[in-house]
Amino acid sequence: MQIYLPIAEVSVDAFLILGIGGIVGFLSGMFGVGGGFLITPLLFFIGVPPAVAVATGANQVVASSVSGVLAQMKRKAVDFRMGGVLLVGGMGGSAIGIAVFAWMTARGQVDLFVQLSYVIFLGLVGAMMLQESVRSLLKSRKPNAPVRRAHVHNWVHGLPLKMKFRASGLYISVIPPILVGALVGFLAAIMGVGGGFIMVPAMIYLLGMPTKVVIGTSLFQIIFVTAFTTIMHAVTSQTVDMMLAFLLIIGGVVGAQIGVRVGLKLKAEQLRILLSLLVVGVALRIAADLLIRPSEIYTVMPGVLP
Amino acid sequence: MSARRISARLAQRLCLILGLLALPVLAQDRPAETIVAGLSQNRVAITADFDGSEILVYGAVRRDSPPPEGRLDVIVTVEGPPSSLLVRRKDRVWGIWVNHAAISVDSAPSFYAVATTGHLKDILTETENLRQGITIDRVVRAVGITAEADGAGDFVEAMLRVRRAAGTYQLLENRVQLTEQTLFRTDVVLPANLTEGIYKVRLFLLRGGAVVAQQERHIAVHKAGLERLIFTMAQEQPLIYGLLCLLMAGVSGWAASAGFRLLQR
Repeated sequence: MQIYLPIAEVSVDAFLILGIGGIVGFLSGMFGVGGGFLITPLLFFIGVPPAVAVATGANQVVASSVSGVLAQMKRKAVDFRMGGVLLVGGMGGSAIGIAVFAWMTARGQVDLFVQLSYVIFLGLVGAMMLQESVRSLLKSRKPNAPVRRAHVHNWVHGLPLKMKFRASGLYISVIPPILVGALVGFLAAIMGVGGGFIMVPAMIYLLGMPTKVVIGTSLFQIIFVTAFTTIMHAVTSQTVDMMLAFLLIIGGVVGAQIGVRVGLKLKAEQLRILLSLLVVGVALRIAADLLIRPSEIYTVMPGVLP
Repeated sequence: MSARRISARLAQRLCLILGLLALPVLAQDRPAETIVAGLSQNRVAITADFDGSEILVYGAVRRDSPPPEGRLDVIVTVEGPPSSLLVRRKDRVWGIWVNHAAISVDSAPSFYAVATTGHLKDILTETENLRQGITIDRVVRAVGITAEADGAGDFVEAMLRVRRAAGTYQLLENRVQLTEQTLFRTDVVLPANLTEGIYKVRLFLLRGGAVVAQQERHIAVHKAGLERLIFTMAQEQPLIYGLLCLLMAGVSGWAASAGFRLLQR
C-alpha cells in the first residue's frame, strides 16, 4: 500500500515503513538502545530525505523508549535518580553538540563529520564490547574460573559529591555520570541518535552499574534526549514528518514489547555479543561507503551554497 | 483638456499603425496555423494514497487555408515549479570519499518532461530550441557558475543525469501521436514524489524545425485533506506540531505497553 508523506514529499510503501519500525523497535526493547543509529540509515535507503529521516527517527525513538521504559519499570529495573543525573549532563552536552553541528553545516562538511563520528564511535564501542563479552562468555564456560567481582574500586570512587543510587546499588560521585551524560548528549546531537549504544556500555564499564538496571535507565534517559531533539528539529527546520513517524511508531512500539520479552530470555553475555555485532556491522557498512568509490559521485539537493 | 488627450491618443495609435506596417513579418494579420489544446485535468490533489497521476494532453491544429509545405511536428513540455539546487561532487581525500566541490544551480524545475512526435534533433533546430527553451538543458538556469568550480558544465550534466535516472526529467521522443496532420495527444505521467505548485504545460507546433504556434496551459498540484493539514501545521505552528508529535509518540508507547500487559494476563 503506497502512502504519500506530507513533509518528506515522497510516496512509500506503508508496510515497509511498519516493518522498519518493528525491527528497530524490537532491537530497542531487547538491548535498551534507541535504534536511531539504525533507523536513520534505513530511511535514507528507501529515499526519505536525510533531514526528514534524522528528525522523524528521533520522534520514533521517543515512542519505542516510552514503551520500553514502561515494560522495564514493572521489573523495577529503572534507576530514576541515575537517569536524572545523566540527563543533566546530557542536556548540557547536547547544547554544545547543536552549536558544533551548526558550525560544521556552515563549513559544508556535516555529512562527512556525521559519517566519521558513526564509524569511529560505533566501531570503537562495538569492538570493545565484542572483545569483553566474548572473553566473559569463554570464562563462564570454564568450570573453575575465578569469580569476577561486581565492580572494582578505582579512581572513580575517590571523587567528591557522592550520591546513593539505590536501584543500582551504587554509592558514587555524581561527576562521572554527568560527564558520561554530557558526552552522550554531545554525540546524540551530532549524530542525530539517542546515544543508547554509547550509554549502555558506559554505564556497565565506566559506572559499574548492574546490567539489569542499565537498559531501563538508558531508555529513560533517551526519552528526554530524543524529545528535545524532535522539538528542536520541528521548530528550526520543520522536518518532522508526522505521517512517517506514525507508521514507524506503530511498528516500533509493538516491536519493542516483543524485544523486551525476548531480551529477558537471553543471557546478559549473549545479549552483549549480539548488540556489539550489530554495532560493528553498522560501523563497517558506513566505513565501506567512505572507502569504496561511489557509483555516482555527484549528489543533488535543494538549496544554495552558503 | 479632453480634446488634447484625444489628439494625443490619436497620435499614439497612428504611430502604432505605422510601426506595424513597417514590420514586414506581421503583414499577415493572423498565423496560418494555431493550436487548440486541452488537458484531462488541470488540478492534481495529493492525498495520502497519492501514487502518481497521468495527465492526458490533447489538441488540434486549426488552419483556415490548406496546410503549408514542410514537416509538421508537435512538442509538449511539462514543467514543475523551479527551485535552486546544490550539486556536490565527491572526491577522494586521504583515502576516503568526501563532498569536495560544489556548485549551485540558480533555477531548475522540480519536474520536466518533453514529449515529441519525432527525434528531437530531426524536428527542432538548435536556434529555435535556444529561443524557446524547450529541452531541459535550455531550461536549467546556471548563470555565473563557472567562477565557482572548475568544469561547472560537468556538474550541470551530472545533475541532469541524476534527475533523469530518478525519473524527474523525462525525454519522451515519438510519444506524441499526430493524426491526419490535425489531431494530437500524449500522456505524461507525473511521479508520486511531486512537489506542490503550478505545473506549466507548453505546446509547440513546428513546421520544418521552426516553431509556428504555441500554447500554454497550467496544472495546479496541491496537497489535500490530511496531507494539507499536517503540512500547514508543521509550517505555521511548529512548536505545537512538535509537541503533538511527542504526545502521539508517548501515547502510542504507553498504549502498546498496556496492551501487551493485558494480552499476557
